[in-house]
Amino acid sequence: MSVVELPATADTTSRTRKAGRGVVWWSAATVVVLAALVFIPGLLAPGDPYTLDIGNRFTGPQSGNLFGTDDAGRDILSRVIHGARYSIGSAVLIITVAVVVGTIYGSLAAWYGGILDRLLMRTVDVFLAFPYLVFAMAVAASLGRGLTSTIVALSLLWWPSYARMIRGQVKSILNDYHIRAATTLGARRGQILRWHVIPHTYSQLLVRLTLDIGNALVALTGLAFLGLGATPPLPEWGRMVADSKQFALTAWWYAVFPGAVIFLTVLNFVLLGEALRKRSTS
Amino acid sequence: MPSGRVLDVDRDVTSLLELTGVDKTFVTDRGPVRAVRRMSMVVGKGEVVGLVGESGSGKSTIANLVLGLEHADAGRIRFLGRDVGEWLDKEEARYRQAVQAVFQHPFQALDSRKRVGWLVAEPLVIHRRGNSKSRAERVRELMADVHLDPSLVDRYPHQLSGGQAQRVNIARALALEPSLLVCDEPVSALDVSVQAQILNLLLEINRERSMAMLFISHSLPVVRHLSDRIVVMYAGTAVEEGPGGEVSDRPTHPYTQLLVSAASVVTGDHGQPRGTMREAIPSVGCRFVPRCPVAIDRCSSEEPSLDELAEGHSSRCWVASDPALRAEVG
Repeated sequence: MSVVELPATADTTSRTRKAGRGVVWWSAATVVVLAALVFIPGLLAPGDPYTLDIGNRFTGPQSGNLFGTDDAGRDILSRVIHGARYSIGSAVLIITVAVVVGTIYGSLAAWYGGILDRLLMRTVDVFLAFPYLVFAMAVAASLGRGLTSTIVALSLLWWPSYARMIRGQVKSILNDYHIRAATTLGARRGQILRWHVIPHTYSQLLVRLTLDIGNALVALTGLAFLGLGATPPLPEWGRMVADSKQFALTAWWYAVFPGAVIFLTVLNFVLLGEALRKRSTS
Repeated sequence: MPSGRVLDVDRDVTSLLELTGVDKTFVTDRGPVRAVRRMSMVVGKGEVVGLVGESGSGKSTIANLVLGLEHADAGRIRFLGRDVGEWLDKEEARYRQAVQAVFQHPFQALDSRKRVGWLVAEPLVIHRRGNSKSRAERVRELMADVHLDPSLVDRYPHQLSGGQAQRVNIARALALEPSLLVCDEPVSALDVSVQAQILNLLLEINRERSMAMLFISHSLPVVRHLSDRIVVMYAGTAVEEGPGGEVSDRPTHPYTQLLVSAASVVTGDHGQPRGTMREAIPSVGCRFVPRCPVAIDRCSSEEPSLDELAEGHSSRCWVASDPALRAEVG
């Protein structure tokens, strides 16, 4: 054993851990800010997101309108702040549905195994084999336009990947030694799953869903850009970027500010997810 | 002793646990492995029976069969005169409360995300014993019974030492006042200094609660320390059986003699004999022939039966059961 090497190793690990912790704190703080935007936009926005002011359309960023105004003279900053509820809220909703459905479905498949497992997982394969954009467009279009149908479409698409991940995890945890111990104590199936299996999936699940909130936001934006998603005048972020495209050359701020907010939000969730992953594996 | 036991053990006059002609074969990638072969043994009420054998001898499979984690292919395993399979089908909860286990790996047997207090209370919650207040009281009692500081209830398993973790496992097993405790290599993963403490704790539990134990280990000295009776297993079946002192001091089967001599070597006190069982086990005759120093012609053609040589002391060996041959071999 080298005495010289030990402090050096300890130092590097503590440094990476410190850096990781910095990212976690920064991202977590941003999540708190985003949550505030979602829950109390009225207190934070400088103005009303819906008030039209035709005389004031396409004003560049200035003291009264930090992000400028859009084609109807509405304050873009206020619209971005109020839009957080629709954009982030939808993404969180989609992932929540995916996590809940995927966990139940995946656990059932793993626990019962055999034919049921094969049947359930082939169904998942079918879902995952579809190109997601085509599938989402088909569902969203058939349910009619609007944010709700897009949320339904993306939720339908998202749970299978969670089902597959949870099934794999549950299968491996069920082989763990402590499950044998719980079985000999007389624990019933439901108790074993609830107490000894599902909690062991949390750390990986947290990483995955953090990353996926960003991914869902991108998907929502993409669909909105294609005309599926929130209907006017809802200030959903993807919708705003989609609306801005015809004015991109004359009013740069119209596309840039909502786009930048989407970009930073997604980046934040991805960084947070990666930092959590590093922490859970170290 | 206040009896919280679900089963009235005294009512039954015969043995507590009885295995007769048990067979278990595992199908592996390299073909079938016959882990247990016509194995018979008995554990009486309040008795500590040590089951010794090297790894691969099938002793852990016996534990899994008794605990219902595996199912026997043939033969019968009876607890209080009733088949284990029937217990598990019809009255699983009662059987689980009557038969408890302590496993080899103290940390892996504990859910790493649960605190000690939760883990010790778990069996009580599963079997709906008491309310949360009486359970907390019982957890304190159990912790005291296994000599654990009550302040450890808020710890997670990884904050414990190996010995403490195994005490937590023992406390969990004791919570339901079982009639039989199956201990599968309970000390082999522990430091030597801690092993004796855990063995003494188990012995104390057996004495105070007259709790029967099936104590499985690869180490003859460990088994001898607390067993009333010892069963020696080789290649899936019992080769020698008798009172603890008799088997370890006057072994009759050459395999047991090998175990004893291996254990007496100063450096390797773990009772692992030289050579391994993997070197081709014959399918006819005595399974031990390839490693046996005293094998005669008959051994390769005909398998000996487990014959009683002295009061309660049996051996599965042609040489041992023939006084003339025994004298000759010395």
